[in-house]
Order: sequence, then C-alpha cells, then structure tokens
Amino acid sequence: MSPASLAEVRGLGKAFGRRWVLSGLSFAIGHGEIVGLIGANGAGKTTTLALLLGLLTPSAGEIRLLGEDMIRHRYRVLPRINFTSPYFGLPGRLSVASTLRLYAHLYDVPKASARIAALAAALGLTPLLEAPVLRLSAGERSRVGLAKALLNDPELLLLDEPTASLDPESAEIIREALLAHRARRGGAILLSSHNMAEVGRLCDRLLLLRQGRLVAEGAPRALCAAHGVADLEALFFALGGERAAPAPR
Amino acid sequence: MKPGLRRLWAIFYRHGALYRRSWPRLLDFVYTPILELAVWGWTMRYLSAHAGLAAEAAGLAIAALLLWQGALSGQLGFSVGFLEDVWTRHLGHLFVSPLRPAELLIALTGLALLRVAAGFTAAALLARALFALDVLRLGPAAFAALALLAVMGLGLALGITALILRFGLGAERLVWTLMAAITPLSCVFYPVANLPPILRPAALILPSTHVFEALRALFAGAPTPLVRAELGMAALLDLLLLLLMGSAFLGAFASARQRGGFLRFEE
Repeated sequence: MSPASLAEVRGLGKAFGRRWVLSGLSFAIGHGEIVGLIGANGAGKTTTLALLLGLLTPSAGEIRLLGEDMIRHRYRVLPRINFTSPYFGLPGRLSVASTLRLYAHLYDVPKASARIAALAAALGLTPLLEAPVLRLSAGERSRVGLAKALLNDPELLLLDEPTASLDPESAEIIREALLAHRARRGGAILLSSHNMAEVGRLCDRLLLLRQGRLVAEGAPRALCAAHGVADLEALFFALGGERAAPAPR
Repeated sequence: MKPGLRRLWAIFYRHGALYRRSWPRLLDFVYTPILELAVWGWTMRYLSAHAGLAAEAAGLAIAALLLWQGALSGQLGFSVGFLEDVWTRHLGHLFVSPLRPAELLIALTGLALLRVAAGFTAAALLARALFALDVLRLGPAAFAALALLAVMGLGLALGITALILRFGLGAERLVWTLMAAITPLSCVFYPVANLPPILRPAALILPSTHVFEALRALFAGAPTPLVRAELGMAALLDLLLLLLMGSAFLGAFASARQRGGFLRFEE
C-alpha cells in the first residue's frame, strides 16, 4: 500500500455460488479524497462497501484499510472507520440521543455528550434529540445515520447512497457535513450514489461499475472528456447503464 | 472503562433505553412467570384438596413450575434481545461497529440472566404469598437447579439465534414455541419413568430432565449424592449444549458473512 493510501483493494471478487457479482476490482483511496462508486442497480456498489467493511467475506482479492489487512485484522480497523446506509435500520424506539450514545459507547468515543451535541448542532438534529428514531422522517433518519457515522471522527467513511430519497434541503445538509468532515479531518470518503449531479460536485474521483466490473475510473471532468460526453449522466448511459456496450471480461 | 467493557455496556445501555421507553416490554419480564404460576398453582391446589393428591406433590409441582420459568426466561431473554436488532434491521450497523459477536453474546446472556432473576423473584414471592411455598427452603440446590435451567434456556436460545441468522425470520417461531415443545420431554411434573420407553433416551439428553429428577429426589428426601449426581449430569449436558450451540452460532455468523445474510435479512 502506498503511504498516501487509506484504502487499497486488489483483485477483489465476490461469488454467490457460481455467480460472480463482483470481480477483478482494484482501486486505492488517498488521504482527503472523496471517491464515488457509481453504476446501475446490481452493479456491485453495495457489495463493494460490504466487502470493505467485512460484512461480506470476499471470494478473491485483498483489502487493506488504514494499513491493515481487513480480512485478517478487521477489529483493528473498525474502530477507525464508520459507515451508514439508509437500508440498514437504527433501533426505532430509542431516542436520537440514546442511539448516538449507544454508538459512542461502541466506538469508545471520549467526551461523548459534547461530541453528540456538536454533531446534532451541525446536522440540525438538536430539536430532535429526545424524539424516538421511528417517528423521524426519512431525511431526519439519514441525518441521524450520518451523525452516527461521524461520531468516532473516522479516518475512512463509507456511505451507501447517503442522500437516497431525500428532499433537496436534507440532501444539502448531508453534503455540507461531508465536505466539512473532509476539510477538518482530512480523512477519506467512499460513497455510492445514483445522483450524478451530487457525485460530480462532491467527488474527486469516480469508480464506475458495471455488472460487477470496474469499467472506468477517474476525475469526473476527465472521465467525461475522455469518453467524449457532456456530463456524468451521459457517461453513465454510455458506460454504466444496462444498454451500454457489454462490460469487458 | 476499557473499550471491550464499554462495548458490553453499550448493549446493556441499548436495551435499558429500550425498556425505559416501553412498559409492555418491562412487564413481559414477570408476566409469563406470574401467569403460569397463578394458573397452575391454583390448579394444583384445587387437585390436592379435591382429588386426594398429596400436599407435598402439589408443592413439588409448584416448585418445579417456578424453576422451569428459569429456562423459559433465559431462552426468551436472550432470543428477544437478539430479535430486537433483527426486527429493526439493526444487525448490519452493529456488526460494522467494533462490537465482536462474542461480546454481543455475553451482553445478551447478562440481559437474559437479569430477566431470569426478575421473573424468578416475582414468581417466588407470589408462590410464598399464595401457596405458602418457600422455595428458598430447598437450600442451595434450588439455586443450582435454577441456574442449570437458565443455562439450558441460554443454550437453546443460542441455537435458535443461529437458525435465525442462517434461515432468516422464518425461524423466529421457534423462539415462542421451542420451550413448550420440550416441556413434555423435560419431565417437569412427572418422573422419566412415566414416559413411554421410546422417548426416555431423548428425555435423558436434556439437562432439564436431570434437574427435575434431582428436585423430585430432594422432595422425597433421597440421599444428597443422588441429588448431586443428577445436578452434575445436568451441568455436563448444559456445557455440551453451550459448546454445540455456540459453535452453531459462530458457524451461522460466518455463513451470513459468506452469503450476504446481513445485507438482506430473509423473511
């Protein structure tokens, strides 16, 4: 792993039975980088994040996060990274404050009360701290998920569609929080998204997956220029969509 | 506090915060033990008064019922604690935190033992008030029996959670029905000899059967070595059950990571 890399993935693959849903994936993420994982539904974005987190065991390849072999030393890495996904739940009957306190204990966060108050203020959650999570709107829950993901001030933050199905204001609060985290912490962020305008604005680099393979990688503008398209949406249709040319084998 | 202990505390905190906000869940700690004791206790008292059943036999049945709640509360306390995170699709977030599977199991065991203590205390107080049965009169053997039954409940709960991890929520039904299914084989109210011969080997591999044989021996004034031998056999079977079900849980956990079980929990 190069000294500048927080994450390095080589030849990563995952098969369920005989069906390979991801294969030959290699990439690195440097300090302070925001990298976007894009691709159609089923392209392998969530699978990639789950493999990086150790929630899935790989069928092939290597994953090194923060200099550690994630497959062998997962519990050395987990306290220093974090994750959220709208597709995973939080304990619905717990209040927002109790949910964040639970995770502050799990991540051994020092001065937890102050940290929770600061994150709640930054994400507009202060008036909701005593509300049960199950009474929150989708946007509010996503912000709670992000507060949980930022609790331990992670060096590497993994996010699965962090603004999926959110109104523009909630999505903007989340994007601003991510940029603020990067600016302050200098850590890296890997996020999956279907929102091309969002990844164009947030990400330094994109990884475009199609049918479980990496078909393009680079800075948003450079990728568009290299493929002769006007914007990322056009790039998606050209390379990542179901109607694009077959992925290389 | 060390990080490992703080993670254990986190799970206690999570369930404490849940119970603080949900009185029906809190009531459930004592509801089943009290209900069962009231229904069966009064039934036994009626039978002893009207059907010539010896008063000692009624006392024995009530004591057995009281102790059986240890197994029920142990199993339910552990399984429901696990299910709370399955129902809320929370396992994925938990298992990408630094929490280790063994730590979750230890914390759930602690929570289940709290439930056993609460249920047993409530039921024991009720038995004393309604049926003049002081279970503490049985001495240390009563506590040993309760502990062995609670551990059996925990072992079975480990097995059930392994099945839930492997097969999804389709296996949840076992949480509510397994203990009822093994009650006849546990010989709670009658000796093993009362079972058809073909069922006796199955009964004798259950720790609970030996606990209740010990309890009946104790009530009959049998020599202490006999009681100890039965309790010792129950302890050995408990240990084997825990090892077997613990391995099943870890196997199911590894399999879930292999199959993507934490990403899409099957119904």
